[in-house]
Formats: sequence, structure tokens, C-alpha cells
Amino acid sequence: MREGAKVQRCEGAKVQRCESAKVRRCEGARVRGTAVCLVLTCVLSSVVLGQVTPQRLVNASTEPQNWLTYSGSYWSQRYSTLDQITPANVRNLKLQWVYQSPVAGNWQTTPLVVDGMMYITQRPNDVVALDPLTGRVFWIYRYTPNPDRIVCCGANNRGVAILGDTLFLGTLDAHVIAIDAKTGREVWKTQVANTTSGYSITHAPLVIKDKVIIGVGGGEYGIRGFIAAYNADTGKEAWRFYTIPGPGEKGHETWEACPPKSETFCDPEAWKHGGGSIWMTGSYDPQLNLTYWGVGNVGPDYAGAQRPGDNLYTASIVALDADNGTIRWHYQFTPHDVYDYDAVQVPVMIDNWGNTGINVVAWANRNGNYYALERATGRFLLGRPFVRVNWMSDFDERGRPNQTPQPPGMPTYPGNQGGTNWYSPSFSPRTGLFYISAWEDYASIYGPTPVEYKEGRNFTGGGPRNNSAVPGAPGFSRAPINTWTEAAGHGAVIALDARTGQQQWKFNMTDVTDSGILTTASNLLFTGGREGFFQALDARTGALLWKTNLGAAINSGPITYRIGNKQYVATVSGLSLFVFALD
Amino acid sequence: MTRVFATAVLSLVAGVIGVQSASAQAANDNRLKPDTTNQLHDAQYPDVDIMYGASLYAARCVTCHGVQGDAIGGVNLRSGKFRNASTDNELARFIRAGSPAAGMPPFALDNAEMAGITAYLRNMNTFDTASVKAGDAARGRAVFEGKGGCAACHRVGRLGSRVAPNLSDIGAQRSPGSLQRSLVDPSSQMMPINRPVRLVKKDGTVVNGRRLNEDTYSVQVIDDKERLHSILKADLREFAISKTSPMPSYKDTLSSSEIADLLGYLLSLKGQ
Repeated sequence: MREGAKVQRCEGAKVQRCESAKVRRCEGARVRGTAVCLVLTCVLSSVVLGQVTPQRLVNASTEPQNWLTYSGSYWSQRYSTLDQITPANVRNLKLQWVYQSPVAGNWQTTPLVVDGMMYITQRPNDVVALDPLTGRVFWIYRYTPNPDRIVCCGANNRGVAILGDTLFLGTLDAHVIAIDAKTGREVWKTQVANTTSGYSITHAPLVIKDKVIIGVGGGEYGIRGFIAAYNADTGKEAWRFYTIPGPGEKGHETWEACPPKSETFCDPEAWKHGGGSIWMTGSYDPQLNLTYWGVGNVGPDYAGAQRPGDNLYTASIVALDADNGTIRWHYQFTPHDVYDYDAVQVPVMIDNWGNTGINVVAWANRNGNYYALERATGRFLLGRPFVRVNWMSDFDERGRPNQTPQPPGMPTYPGNQGGTNWYSPSFSPRTGLFYISAWEDYASIYGPTPVEYKEGRNFTGGGPRNNSAVPGAPGFSRAPINTWTEAAGHGAVIALDARTGQQQWKFNMTDVTDSGILTTASNLLFTGGREGFFQALDARTGALLWKTNLGAAINSGPITYRIGNKQYVATVSGLSLFVFALD
Repeated sequence: MTRVFATAVLSLVAGVIGVQSASAQAANDNRLKPDTTNQLHDAQYPDVDIMYGASLYAARCVTCHGVQGDAIGGVNLRSGKFRNASTDNELARFIRAGSPAAGMPPFALDNAEMAGITAYLRNMNTFDTASVKAGDAARGRAVFEGKGGCAACHRVGRLGSRVAPNLSDIGAQRSPGSLQRSLVDPSSQMMPINRPVRLVKKDGTVVNGRRLNEDTYSVQVIDDKERLHSILKADLREFAISKTSPMPSYKDTLSSSEIADLLGYLLSLKGQ
């Protein structure tokens, strides 16, 4: 443990002061021993060692040896400037190490790599600190969530955030916990909501300045969603933004009054349990001081008749002032959603979009459309389907979709898991392409059922069924035996021109994919899928360059980092973390 | 407990084939017609599902709920409305979980049984059990192994071929309606994974078989000689997947009572 601490200090010093030649000496020292490293530390560092400052988070993309936030940087592009691994040599990738979790169940975590340390989460709410060079473990923080927790859609955690030398974790029982990054000891713990009412946290927090920003999930249980900021030192709540506006607040009017003589059940207080979960980590524009978050589906998911109106801010992006949580603008992708088309995506920020001089948020939504919105104002610049879409026909000039509900019993495209879902996309400034993990030719048949809210009870209001070739047949499942087959859709990586939304290439998979995507400056694209293959494609053409079978579904986004002069690529498959590099 | 009901499967006294044809037609067109899953309409439930459910009800539920479904105060099953469930899925969930507070135990029903009991509960008010008679699983087995020639392709337990899907637990997997449609219109009920494939390798080798699994880079099949193959797509010259089942329809080759008996036998196959 002591040696581990020394290594951390060494790496910390490197980041603060010694890019270039000195770094090599420092990191080389690490392999042979730590004495030299410590000396360097003393000589080089005039700042607090091992500290991840707010400024470092702003400039995270200039530290490609690290992976400092869930999506790699505040821009959330999952793009790295590391280029040692190239299309020419990627076929020589070799497995370096594997960390296998003893806790059953597929992971969705994205590791952080910080100054020679790696931090991952494993089920249900453990945090593991390991050596990114060898996979050896420094410490494990174990947290047992309240057994009475109610969690929709998988008891997962997608990762931690860091500030200073403190890690931040959201838990399945709706707590935010600060953990000492060197010891794995709890620093503070704050309950943010009541887990037995269906509130939970599954995504990695976003640290901005001195605040830890996090949102709650639970839309399938009739929560009233929110995004909140907590003081990183104390855990005290600094601000809270409800994704469902209350009476008197702007947007509340979109929860319209029930008709006087409604033939079907209508809920006059629908907003109180209107959903609006936060499932994924947001992004941050330091210049505008705005933080962007995708808001989940409305509750109940499918029974739209009982909640008349657009139901803001569900299925929307919201832009909030990072200091006080005030909403600056919003755009609703799917007004009055009845398809479970959450905006459950990471907002990807693109500067000087297509050389227009406009900074945008680019967004491939669950509803099957790719969007570009002006970052400062939310102005609708582009909306275009990237998979088959029949729930809408086109957009009006302000970007509102003209909806075309399908007759009862007819399939709606995309289906309720979406044209894409929570899988992190990637944008490569080098190719100008936006990369999406998509489900193609996939539809659902919706059948809404009125539902009354009961605390902690399922609040979806019916359920869609698959548009399968044999309605009612049992046992449809995906990997390891894919019984859905071509009859119920398939997965793909789709590359769009980020400026126009036009498809440039497509890489088809037989099974669907829940994997995120990583791109690098050497025009490589890494991704996985339900089949368990980890693949490298040419980011310019989609050509398959390398693949390996890791044996279980890949349900999170790969990352890359550098130790010494070697570039590593890490991906989760099943309940293990696999790390590759060139020998 | 599943064996208890194996021989209690019911079928219509007359006109089985006619009813089956209509059901099969409905199944074929299902994707083009309005979905009635949530409309609680009588017509959505195949008669054989309701009949199967009636037999289950008589064996498992009647002691507490009574013949009329109203033996427990405040509960009237014949109304077709349920306090704790609106959709069939919710009804199934409730039955599986039971209601300990109300003294109802959980019922671990399989897929076929759950399809049957929900269909019967939805139609209890109108369904007349006197109009039906039991299919005979023992006679059905004789048809399976004899006149029907089913064992030439399908396997039950340790008997029969492995070329077509194994049916040892098919009576726990498929609803009665689905099994019945399989007999008269096999392609309509064929799971896509089971589709017959024709593979021609670059060296000219031909493999005809049933698909077992497939991914982006390879396909796994069992061929018509019961051999297992795992073949890389990169090695193939031709890869054809058919949506037509190689199984014949028994619509014209078996009598209505033979089909009813065969259905009874299939529903008795609950695995080990």
C-alpha cells in the first residue's frame, strides 16, 4: 500500500509538471523501483501531488495518458489523441491483463485512469482501485445498498468521478458517497432520495468546479426526477433542478389539465410522479458555464392519455447553469413520449461544427434521430433519422417533430429499446464523423394500459412487445445464443457526417449491441457488442481491422490510456475488465 | 405437479379442424392486424388455451375460488377484472408470486399453463366446459410415434431424431394455441433461430441443416445427419436462410381427433 501511494505521487507529479522527457524517467522508475520517482516528485512538484484540479478536468483531453471523466472529457467525445496503436499494427494487440470480478452480473462501468491509478466499479456498488499496468488491486471499497431498494433495469453502476484525491460514487439506494482515492475509505455519504419510492443512481457523477453533480433514476416507478449538485468537500446539497417542473415553474403548463369528461383514466396530478430520470452523465461547456443532461422518459411510460401535454422536461436535453442549477434552455426530442424514448444519452459537444463556427451538442437519440443543437441557445440546427423511423414524419422549423402514431397492433420503429440507447457514442474531430451503436430494423408493438400511481410500484402503464416472427413464442434472448436473429433486428455501428447526419459507412452485426464506442487520433474505432467480440474498425471506412472474442457481452464503452510509452485499450466484457496493448 | 394435467387436455367435440384453420389464419396475419393484447377481447385467446386453462382451474384453483370463481369474499374471477392486475402479464406475475397476505400460495406455472389459465380467467364468464372433451395423451403419443411420423425428425427424451427441435419440454414452453397452429401451419410457428439453412463453403462442400446459433462472424448448425458444424462466414460462398419450415402440415393427413390427441401429448411433455 505504501508503495502504491508512492506510485500515485509519482504519477501525480508527472501530470502536473513533467510531460515529455522527464515523464519517461519518472514512469520508467516506477517499473524498477520508486526511489528515483520520489526524488523526481520532490523536485518537480510545486502543486499538491496527485490532485485532480477543476482546471485539469476542463483540460482533460490534453492528458491523453489519463481518462479523467466518464466520457473522457467534458466534451464527452470518447476520442483520444493517443496514436501508438494504428490501423497498421492493431492486429498485433495482445492481452496484458484481466481483472475478474467475484460479483455475478454484467458490468456497465467505465474505468477512470488517473496518474497511474485505475478506478472501476463492480456490482452492486463496489469501487476497486487497481494498477493499470498489471491489474493488481490496491483497495476495494465495498458498499451494500439497502436491500429494500427498488431499481429499474439492472442493478448496475457506470463509474465514478474524481476531484482532488476524492472519488465520488452514486449508489443504487440513492446515496452519493465520497471516497478517499488513496485508501478507499469513506469521506462522506449523503442520501439524495428515498430508495423505497424507486429512486436510484446508476450513472457516474460529473464534477464541475467544487460540486458533484448527479441525477436520479426510477422513472419506471413514478419518481419525480431531479439533477442536484453537492459540495465536494461536505456532501451538502448546493442546488437541485427538478426535471418535472412544479406549479408556478416554467414548463409546468405542459402537464395539462385533464379533460372534464375523460372516457379513459386521467391523472390530475400526473406531474408529481412524472418520471424524468437521469441515467447518464452529462457534459459541461466551461466557457458558457452550462452543463447539459439528457432527461429520461415520462411516467407512466406508455399510458399517455392519463398525462395530457408535452410533459416537460421528459425526453429532453436541459442546459443548466453549473453554479446554481437554473435552466437556461431545453429541447424536447419526443414531446408527449409514449414509446419510452428517453433522452438517455451522453451529450456530445462539438466545437466549430462542420466549420460553421457554431458550437453544438450532437445527439443520437433513442427515438432514431440524430440532432445538432446550438450549445449557447438550444437552437435546433439539424434532425435526421439514422435508423428506420415511423413514429414521426418530419420536423417543423423549430424542430418539433410531426408525430405519426401507428394504428393499434402495428409495429413502431424504432422499438422501445430505441435506435440507440445509453451506449456512449463517439465523435472524432479527425474524421468529422459521429459514431453510433444502433439497433436496425427493430420495432415494438405498443399496448398502453392505464395505471394508478402507487409508491414503489411499477408505473409503466402497459408494455410493448417485440415485433417477432412468432408472436407469443417464449425464449427470445440474445447472446450467447441469439434466438432473435434477423427476424427482430440487428446491431450496427453507424458513422454519420456530424454536420449533415448523412450515413458515411455502416458496420453490421448479427446480434444487437449495447457497447459504447472509442475513437483515436490514429483513425481507429473500438467497440464491442452482445456477441462478446471486441473489434477495431477503421474509423474512416468501417473496415474490420482486428477482433477478439472476450466471451461475454460488452456493455460499456472502451477507453484508452498510456503508461510510460505504451498505449493501452481497456474494455469490460461480462464481469471482467480486459486490457490490451502492443507487445 | 405438471404430470397431473397431462391427460386432462380438452378439445372441442366437433369441428376441430375448422377452428384450427381459423386460428392458424389469425396467427399468420397477426402482424398485420390490430393487437388486442390489452383489449381483453374474447377472440384473442385460442380456444385450446381456454380449454387447457379450464382443466388447470379445475385441478388447482377450484378448491378455493369455487366453480363460479366467487367463493372468496370480494373476489369474482368471472368478472374478468382483477384488483391486482390489468394486463395478462400482470395477472401472470400475480399468480406466480401469490398473495401471502390473502392466503394464496405462489403457483409456479410454466408458459403453457400460464397461457391457459390467463385465457380461461379472461373467458370464464362465457366458456362452457360441457362443450368440450379431453384429448388423450396416450393416443397422441401413438400418433406421434406412428402415423404422424414425428419422431423421424423430432426427439422426445431418448427417442427420435435430433434433426428438428427437441420436444421433450415443448409442453412447458409453448401455449396450446401455438402448438396447435404448429401442426397445421408449421412455418407460422417456427422460431427464427430454427430456420433451415443451406451453406456452401468456398471448397464446394454443402451443409444443409437447422440453425442453432449465429453471430457476426460464424454460424452453428446441426445438419441432416445430426452432425454439429461451426462455420466461419468468411469461408462461405453461399449462406441461405429459409423462412419455410421443412415440417409438413397435418391439416389434411390427420383427423381432428388425432390432432387433438397429438396436442394432448405435446402438452404433456414437460421435460424432466
